[in-house]
Amino acid sequence: MSKDPESGNGEQMTGAAMVVRALVDHGVKHLFGYPGGAVLPIYDELYQQSDVEHILVRHEQGAGHAAEGYARSTGKPGVALVTSGPGATNMVTPLTDALMDSIPVVCITGQVPTHLIGNDAFQECDTVGITRPCTKHNWLVKRIEDLPRVLHEAFYVASSGRPGPVVVDIPKDVQFATGTYTPPRPSDKHVSYNPRVKGDAASIRKAVELMANAKRPVIYSGGGVVNSGREACQLLRDLVELTGFPITSTLMGLGAYPASGANWLGMLGMHGTYEANMAMHDCDVMLCIGARFDDRITGRTDAFSPGSKKIHIDIDPSSINKNIRVDVPIVGDVGNVLADLIAAFKAQQARPAIKSWWSQIAQWRARNSLAYRQNKDVIMPQYAIQRLYELTRGRDTYITTEVGQHQMWAAQFYGFDEPNRWMTSGGLGTMGYGLPAAIGVQVAHRDSLVVDIAGDASVLMTIQEISTAVQHELPIKIFILNNQYMGMVRQWQQLLHGNRLAHSYTEALPDFVKLAEAYGGAGIRASKPAELDGAIEEMIRVKKPVIFDCRVANLENCFPMIPSGKAHNEMLLPAEANDEATAAAFAGGKALV
Amino acid sequence: MGEKEKDMEQPASAYFIEDRHDPIERHTLSVLVDNEPGVLARVIGLFAGRGYNIESLTVSETEHAKHLSRITIVTTGTPMVIQQIKNQLDRLVPVHRVVDMTLVGRSIERELAMVKVRGTGDHRVEALRLADAFRARVIDATVESFVFELTGDSDKIDQFVELMLPLGLVEVSCTGVAAISRGPEGM
Repeated sequence: MSKDPESGNGEQMTGAAMVVRALVDHGVKHLFGYPGGAVLPIYDELYQQSDVEHILVRHEQGAGHAAEGYARSTGKPGVALVTSGPGATNMVTPLTDALMDSIPVVCITGQVPTHLIGNDAFQECDTVGITRPCTKHNWLVKRIEDLPRVLHEAFYVASSGRPGPVVVDIPKDVQFATGTYTPPRPSDKHVSYNPRVKGDAASIRKAVELMANAKRPVIYSGGGVVNSGREACQLLRDLVELTGFPITSTLMGLGAYPASGANWLGMLGMHGTYEANMAMHDCDVMLCIGARFDDRITGRTDAFSPGSKKIHIDIDPSSINKNIRVDVPIVGDVGNVLADLIAAFKAQQARPAIKSWWSQIAQWRARNSLAYRQNKDVIMPQYAIQRLYELTRGRDTYITTEVGQHQMWAAQFYGFDEPNRWMTSGGLGTMGYGLPAAIGVQVAHRDSLVVDIAGDASVLMTIQEISTAVQHELPIKIFILNNQYMGMVRQWQQLLHGNRLAHSYTEALPDFVKLAEAYGGAGIRASKPAELDGAIEEMIRVKKPVIFDCRVANLENCFPMIPSGKAHNEMLLPAEANDEATAAAFAGGKALV
Repeated sequence: MGEKEKDMEQPASAYFIEDRHDPIERHTLSVLVDNEPGVLARVIGLFAGRGYNIESLTVSETEHAKHLSRITIVTTGTPMVIQQIKNQLDRLVPVHRVVDMTLVGRSIERELAMVKVRGTGDHRVEALRLADAFRARVIDATVESFVFELTGDSDKIDQFVELMLPLGLVEVSCTGVAAISRGPEGM
């Protein structure tokens, strides 16, 4: 590679070499991928260097979720490399997942040579067309001259503003072509995409005014706080400390404020705690920070927190007033806005009088909405999560999940004290997310304990990635709450479809212990509460990938629950979930999701 | 109950049940975008994917040197939906600016229509007379037909087309709305 004689500041190299160089220049240490015809030049470049480590997955979807897990646990963009056609279409699910949960992912796809585009060539698909609605932005790079700029822009777009996935589609002839590479210059301003970071001062003053005079305030925080970074999470903690306000969080935001903190109400929403949802319903001032009033959170929107003034901090203006009309919108980065908000609140020297609000909350707490019936002979799924939590809490632990009942129990019973420790598919609800995500997390944190809390149905969707974990010596732990059902599907069928359990029972589950061994991992099984602790300790001890087959009570359901179409104060608590109450609670909600 | 009102009763968006008496407004949006491949697909895909209405859409490169195109969209929705549309457009990466010409006020809207009318005798004379009253130009003529070219706002064009209907209207080709604000300032 020689210096370009004309420009003086760029090097001549092939498009494939530019891809690898750009990865290095953007600090990428690992990428997840699967080779194929249209990306062979890039793989050839990867082979001849050692700056970037490539993790070979077993299916492109695995590469996408691994990149997501990597990104969520580090705060840096995850990178995936896949071939054209099926390689690209297999990425659609993780890209959509990353878009819904605002996760920075840079996906590089190979494409057939430019002269074949549109000819229905072998392994051709309209990658930018297919991924347009499931990416934050995407590019088809038809000229080598555009490649360095687009690669740098891809990292910028993925990680700035509200983060998200991007796709760079590179035809094979462009990978072979030679051109001038120019390194990224952070000083370059993007021509059209410059999200607002600093919050409007007048709006912040208005927010402080509301907060200072609040009698029944609540903070409702979300994944945007985690995305904003460690500093933003610290500022959130400072704000709670300063104001004394109670705080609840969405599924995505767990860990930003510690679950062991005194002001923690637990998660809110459909399977949130009674105290969190009641506080949301009865509050007079709601401070929403980096959350988006998702339908799992609000319940019935026309009965959502009817008496409150709502303040909404979000970096994405399109999140504001989308589902719920708010009184004080503040567009900006959470960290930046919180710093200003805290300063303004301190300047007011306000001491909100919220003592009676806290005693009201204490009464709601006393309902103990997460209670479940313990059993001596059968492992209750909630108990399994509690034991897993107790036996791993002192350690450097990361948790991923699949989607379903086990995911909700994990959110309810595993206490997250730090951000970036909890990787779950929130918006899209992707079964099969957790196992490859755990691989991504373990790649980023080689010496940490990474546990995928899984369900027996979800885990089979991407089970092949165990092979990836074995190959790359990633000692992830797949902790399966095995109830032999698609538990959440069955729960809805029981509640809404006359207990007709259409195809939610998995009749031919594999022997998970033997399956682990077949892949070269270790298999562990526990079926009795008495043997659970010992088995979990063994799982932690084993230094290779483990599938833990935790046999739990088959028919346990996930409570408390806000039935679809109901308001926060119409929660169904576990103790009250008899047949009659359940039938009444769910009447009319069948059409909703 | 009109088609639009029925749409708003979707159970998935319970908010609209409360909101359905909000008036439906018609807004004209000017959107300045990078003239790059796929940019129109992004805009149209956004409208289709999120269920917004497009009444008219025109697009053309307006600043050749800067590779900028201007898209003019006429859309309808409740005030909350219109605001959503603007925010959603604005966060597309190649979108530079979104201006609501309806809120800016006093903006000028024009479209161009070519109207083919076939007929003889009195109808032919009447068509020509009306075209003159509307300041439409004849851009093609045969012994039994005219093609008129007409510029104006949408109402004027609709009115002209309606008048041509009994006089032997064959077909209409229309550009859709282009809009610009009055006064010295650009968007």
